[in-house]
Amino acid sequence: MTGGTIHTHKPVNWLAEVPEYQGILSWLTSIDHKQLGILYILSAFGFLVVGALMGLTIRLQLMFPMSHVVSQEVYNQIFTMHGTTMVFFVGMPLLFGFAVYLTPLMIGARDMAFPRLNSFGYWVYLFGAIMLFFSFLSGGAPAAGWFAYPPLSEKGYLFNNGQNYWALSLFVTGIGSVATGVNLIVTILTMRAPGMTLKRVPLFVWMILMDGFLVVFSLPALNAALVMILFDRTLNTKFFDATVGGSPLLWQHFFWFFGHPEVYILILPGWGAISEVIPVFSRKLLFGAGVMAASTVAITFLSFGVWVHHMFAAGLGFAPLYIFAVTSLLIAVPTGIKVWSWLATMWGGKLRFTVAMLHAMAFLIQFTIGGLSGVAFAVIPLDWQLTDSYFVVAHFHYVLVGGMLFSLISGVYYWYPKVTGRMMSETLGKWQFWLMVFGFNGTFFVMHILGVLGMPRRVWTYPLGMPGWAELNFFSSCWSFVLVASMLLFLYNLVWSFYHGKIAGPNPWNAWTLEWLADSPPIGENFERVPVVRSRRPLWDLQFGSGGDGEHHA
Amino acid sequence: MDIKNADFTSIFNVASLQNRHLVDLHWFTLAICVLIAFVVTGLLIAVIAKFRTPENDDGSEPRQIQGNIRLEIIWTAIPLLIVTVLGVLTAIVMLVVNPPVGNKQPDVVVIGHQWWWEYRYPKLGVTTANEFYLPVGKNTLFEFRSADVVHSFWVIAFGQKMDAIPGHPTNMWVHPIKTGKFLGTCSEYCGAQHGLMRIIANVVPQEEFDTWIEKQRAVPEQPTDPAAVRGKELFNSATCVECHRVAGNEDAQALIGPDLTHIAQRETLGTGVLANNTENLKKWMQNPQTFKPGVNMPKMRLTDEEAQDIAVYLESLK
Repeated sequence: MTGGTIHTHKPVNWLAEVPEYQGILSWLTSIDHKQLGILYILSAFGFLVVGALMGLTIRLQLMFPMSHVVSQEVYNQIFTMHGTTMVFFVGMPLLFGFAVYLTPLMIGARDMAFPRLNSFGYWVYLFGAIMLFFSFLSGGAPAAGWFAYPPLSEKGYLFNNGQNYWALSLFVTGIGSVATGVNLIVTILTMRAPGMTLKRVPLFVWMILMDGFLVVFSLPALNAALVMILFDRTLNTKFFDATVGGSPLLWQHFFWFFGHPEVYILILPGWGAISEVIPVFSRKLLFGAGVMAASTVAITFLSFGVWVHHMFAAGLGFAPLYIFAVTSLLIAVPTGIKVWSWLATMWGGKLRFTVAMLHAMAFLIQFTIGGLSGVAFAVIPLDWQLTDSYFVVAHFHYVLVGGMLFSLISGVYYWYPKVTGRMMSETLGKWQFWLMVFGFNGTFFVMHILGVLGMPRRVWTYPLGMPGWAELNFFSSCWSFVLVASMLLFLYNLVWSFYHGKIAGPNPWNAWTLEWLADSPPIGENFERVPVVRSRRPLWDLQFGSGGDGEHHA
Repeated sequence: MDIKNADFTSIFNVASLQNRHLVDLHWFTLAICVLIAFVVTGLLIAVIAKFRTPENDDGSEPRQIQGNIRLEIIWTAIPLLIVTVLGVLTAIVMLVVNPPVGNKQPDVVVIGHQWWWEYRYPKLGVTTANEFYLPVGKNTLFEFRSADVVHSFWVIAFGQKMDAIPGHPTNMWVHPIKTGKFLGTCSEYCGAQHGLMRIIANVVPQEEFDTWIEKQRAVPEQPTDPAAVRGKELFNSATCVECHRVAGNEDAQALIGPDLTHIAQRETLGTGVLANNTENLKKWMQNPQTFKPGVNMPKMRLTDEEAQDIAVYLESLK
């Protein structure tokens, strides 16, 4: 596809040489989905370093019993900011980065449906993030935890400005997220290449479509709650004040109505990445792609009906609790289907253990552990034992780090050549992978046991003489250094490979979806010409003439 | 403070009938989960061993299989069956452990405060703080309330935890089956001193419990020791009585801080952060912020002698 007469310049094979991308101004004013995608991802990695260092501070404080590395006031701000940063300023932009960069390329479109809205979403996110970090300079960061339960988050209990910044910043970011969600839905529904029916979109795009719906329907609940808490704090309304008829439980319902779909918002693009990486490096069609797509729809629906499992210890009575136990158990079934499908895709293939594939395989195990520990929270009596303990901390780090982060890093290794035109170093990548596997599991696995031994989450310190607490916390803290080191090595690899990586060419992995038809990096309009799509794997059809959808076995 | 005479803290250290049911269900679920984890890991290892690209690969693509409906039905049906079983067991255990309360009067009312616990025994007319007693072998109904923010009450060996939410009283049954001292900590983040808002539960034989109740009901004798008499005067004239109550001392009837009527009977100060003795109490009063930064009790401007006298008075409240 290179060397056509349409080009007004000679084709380039390295991101740094793309003429349209020269100069800071081209990035600040861009409405190109590729530049915005890169900006999202780089911002996410920037905040990942900040969030990881805050996590490291938490581990340092908990390394020894009754220690005093930071004061309890600072500690409470740090774990609040760690959670908020990782969810809203790392997880969300990382997935939006992947989504806005890849979606148009994978469906054969020139850009997003609303390029300016796309740019708005990014800059509003960055503005919101900076506003929240500004709170450190304004007399104190928020300190009510990332889910900010009132009355603690009311001004009677936390009177500095941090909590106001928190609400405002998430509100602003939330508006941007809804805008991007709408944009993704419209793009996928209206801008697909000729012949690409919804049944033929790559699984990644399908997951992003579902993600768009999740964002559009769940974030408004958070935004509404944020306005209420902000009004409570600044205009003396009483939405969450029980002494005059308000209800602290109301916040919990609003927050988790957003908060649980949010978990799926974060993990769906990771699943999408895995669903591209595993087939390509197994040299096989994704097993049961139709069921995979259907199970994602099931999860999207169910995820709006499970939020109360975050409130099982709030004494809501048998019937309301039990309904949500049933839905929470049910959602495990479509999630399990995915794991089996990925395994079956590898079965009978010709596996290539690239760094992307290694991350995908580690993801499979870690995500399974995170999913199974999640079942423990659906079984309400076990939830009563384990909720709000370190078991929860272990659980969601297995899902969000072992699951989401591993899968998206897998995606970075896979798509880096497309974005930059160069391959990432596999040698550095393997070092990073093993350090990260040991660092991650070393840090978080023992937290399951800490929870069982009764250590509650969000404690600034713990007394001497609690059985096993000191030893396990020390163990976890030691490994957290390895985890952070592996993240830094990953970032180093990103930079090193940008200058020294092998030139990739359009399709270094011999993959089958449309983005690999474009140049690496893709030209401004992505494609000069898009072929008519006749199957899930258009590039397979181009190579072999037909058979992109494989053969059917009953 | 290191509480050495406490029972092992683990959810598997079963100290209540309710936790016996929870632990049984826990082992069952854990076994299923471990089994699934092993199957997935085993399959992945098998795949890695069996299907790596051979050295002398000819570059051809393997067979392209779209799916297998029978297999897909199986791996949907088996998990469905597992979650159905878990769902039924969930309902049974929930109803056994926490049957509907109806209009029953609670035996113990627990009120969470930033950052201490108030315990009331409404049927027995007793109010105390931070350390409480339960008779072994008797199903006890708890009610949880909050005076400020959301807290969560979790004695680890009792298994369940329950939130204390303002304006939303909650209930929980505890039927202790062994005697001992059981620890816990507030489990819902509640602000500065969340981590040091400890729970100390003493489960004792019925007779011992009755004796404890008797002692709690008794009004402590008026101090006679000269230091304690001075201490009481200082206690009543300083701001102590703005927050604290001592039965039999009509100037000290405030209900904001912990009830100090029988403080000398307790093992710890500051909700489990210090051993209870005159020396620690004196230091605590002079500057509680050193032991519990952020605590609502202000630094009292007391000289050494004054603090000593008040400490002697309080330690006479047996």
